[in-house]
Amino acid sequence: MNIVKNKKWFFLLSAVLIIPGVISLLLFGLNFSIEFTGGSKLEFGIESPTMLRPGTQEIQAAFQAKKINVHKIEAISQDTFRIQTDPIEQNKKNEVFREIGKFGKVIEKRFETVGPSIGQETKTNAIKAVIIASIAITAYIAFAFRKVSNPVSSWKYGVSAIVALLHDVLIVVGLFSILGKVLDVEVDSLFITALLTVMGFSVHDTIVVFDRIRENLRKNFDLKFDTVVNNSLLETLNRSLNTSLTVVIVLFALLLFGGETIRWFVVALLVGIISGTYSSIFNASQLLVAWYEWDRKRKTIDK
Amino acid sequence: MKPKVFLPILFFVALILLFFDLPLSVKAFGLNFDPTALNAKLGPINLNRDFNYRLGLDLQGGARLIYQVDMKEIPEGEKDTAFESARSVIERRINFFGVTEPSIQALRVASDYRIIIELPGTTNVDQALNLIGKTAQLSFWEEGAGKIATQEANLLTQKGVYPLGLAQVFENKPQKTKLTGKDLKAARVVYGSQDGTPQVQLNFTSEGTKFFADITKKNVGKPVAIVLDDITISAPIVQQPILNGDAVISGSFTQDQAKSLQIQLNAGALPAPLALIGQSTVGPSLGIDSLKKSLVGGLIGLISVITFMVLLYRKEGFLASIALVVYAIIVLFIFKFIPLTLTLSGIAGFILSIGMAVDANVLIFERMKEELRNNKPRDLAVTLGFNRAWSSIRDSNISSLITTIILFYFGSGLIRGFALALAIGIVVSMFSAIVVTRNLLKFFEKV
Repeated sequence: MNIVKNKKWFFLLSAVLIIPGVISLLLFGLNFSIEFTGGSKLEFGIESPTMLRPGTQEIQAAFQAKKINVHKIEAISQDTFRIQTDPIEQNKKNEVFREIGKFGKVIEKRFETVGPSIGQETKTNAIKAVIIASIAITAYIAFAFRKVSNPVSSWKYGVSAIVALLHDVLIVVGLFSILGKVLDVEVDSLFITALLTVMGFSVHDTIVVFDRIRENLRKNFDLKFDTVVNNSLLETLNRSLNTSLTVVIVLFALLLFGGETIRWFVVALLVGIISGTYSSIFNASQLLVAWYEWDRKRKTIDK
Repeated sequence: MKPKVFLPILFFVALILLFFDLPLSVKAFGLNFDPTALNAKLGPINLNRDFNYRLGLDLQGGARLIYQVDMKEIPEGEKDTAFESARSVIERRINFFGVTEPSIQALRVASDYRIIIELPGTTNVDQALNLIGKTAQLSFWEEGAGKIATQEANLLTQKGVYPLGLAQVFENKPQKTKLTGKDLKAARVVYGSQDGTPQVQLNFTSEGTKFFADITKKNVGKPVAIVLDDITISAPIVQQPILNGDAVISGSFTQDQAKSLQIQLNAGALPAPLALIGQSTVGPSLGIDSLKKSLVGGLIGLISVITFMVLLYRKEGFLASIALVVYAIIVLFIFKFIPLTLTLSGIAGFILSIGMAVDANVLIFERMKEELRNNKPRDLAVTLGFNRAWSSIRDSNISSLITTIILFYFGSGLIRGFALALAIGIVVSMFSAIVVTRNLLKFFEKV
């Protein structure tokens, strides 16, 4: 089996998967949660006889009566509601709960308010974390592979790993841009956590393959570079698939039984880890080979 | 160490840690073992602490309040002191509120000064907000007319008429003076000119100076009590009338005591205004529900991974599963020991790290299989499998650790819990794969 020769097709598949998400990202952006934008989120139940049970419209009217700007309202069950509004304070919340109290006893389940300044700061920190993590990982790979500079210099391993990582980040972020548009799924700090974990996993996977390339290059200096890479990929294939499968199994268990709070967090991890496995088998090393071939072609032309 | 020696020790330790991991007390071997508290005397070391799992607000329910301290009016050099004052005031009031294990954290974010308060188990935020938000009440009390019996004084203290500790200061009925926190300009630590002992200097406004002069004239040789938020913090005896508005509280203060008194006085006099910029409350039922669900998810995940490993690698898979269980026991113990506040995302991080622990084992076994296919003898294949897989395990785990460190550094509370749980998981997983699995293999493969 040769999974290096067909690299064009693998790159193409990646592009096909990434482009819709990127388009959605450019058109609609991301559906940020109040953690990043500032605002209030309320979840409450109402104990009331069926006759008097309010619908989302009545609830929304109650909020508007108190001059609170409602962004979103949904009924999670018949008598439980989730609402997002402009940032409101405790007093304001109590007022509106008294207003809703006319339908029945209000049971507060969750109340969250984030001032706009904190939101901005959380966003900046998340972006900083992603950028710094990328730089740190490239540096570490360049360091770990410093003794392997033939025929491809060590920093190129780092860059290839980062490109594979960007691939996974774009797939996950793109997917959540689409999900945000279609299903109103939000990007919150749990999502950022998932994204950074995916980055860690993606590089983790790629390094295992690169490590084998490093070892095989030392043993087989008579073989061509692309052959060495292909052998290394095949040798690590079992491990890559088995490891990903175990993680995917754990995540599926969490998805099915883990409850609603972490559902989209788990989805982000699942997609990211499957993408990370794909990119480490079919993209990262192929990129290394493509780069090597391109360099050689250029040198021949120069001569 | 030979596996024959190492493994029994390991299992013995794991068994003991397993008892510590339990959330409830158990009766075993005729002993009543309570893993929720630690009480041990080991020679000079006296361990005595709460040893329960610490649950985050999202799991046990509770309230988190984020305050911003407005420093606009505070001169540059005094901001840190003012910040500390504000924190100390809030801490005192929260303790008064009587929540178990409240956490009050002062956090500087760039040029912002924030105070984050966590009140586990309470959703009655209104009362907490009132307590924290009210202006600090500094008052001065002098001796009034008429004796008072100790019993009556204690009763009145209980009823809240007298501040705490006041009954012990005066023989007669205490009486509140007109001087309050509004009249105090600043308090600072000074050192006595003769013996250099730390003292706290009070500086009054012009009106306060007048009040203070009156009080000191009346009470020479008698104590004047300084009360902050209904607690008597100091009761110096007036040596002579003070007319210029500068008073010194001297006593046998240590440096720290004087500093703390200064902070409290400044806080009472002028806490910088606080603004509530963030708040979240989670009802207790919602939290317990999330906890149960994520634990069930984790348990099912662990069982499926074990099944998968046994199906895939048979005997080795079974040995790796034992290593995995030892791994889980150790990690849970570390969570309790630190203690790490378990949040939903922290549990997710832990469950995810199970996947990483398995990865190290898979790497080793695949390598072993490969060496066996190359017709290497079994004992050599085991050794080679470990040695050759090590560089992959090391490099990939270090890159994951880098990510967790960055997450921890930049993240908010939620992300930090996740990062720390994952980092602990990664480090222990390396130990589990390299030490535990290896010894198990050596023993059962008779290498």
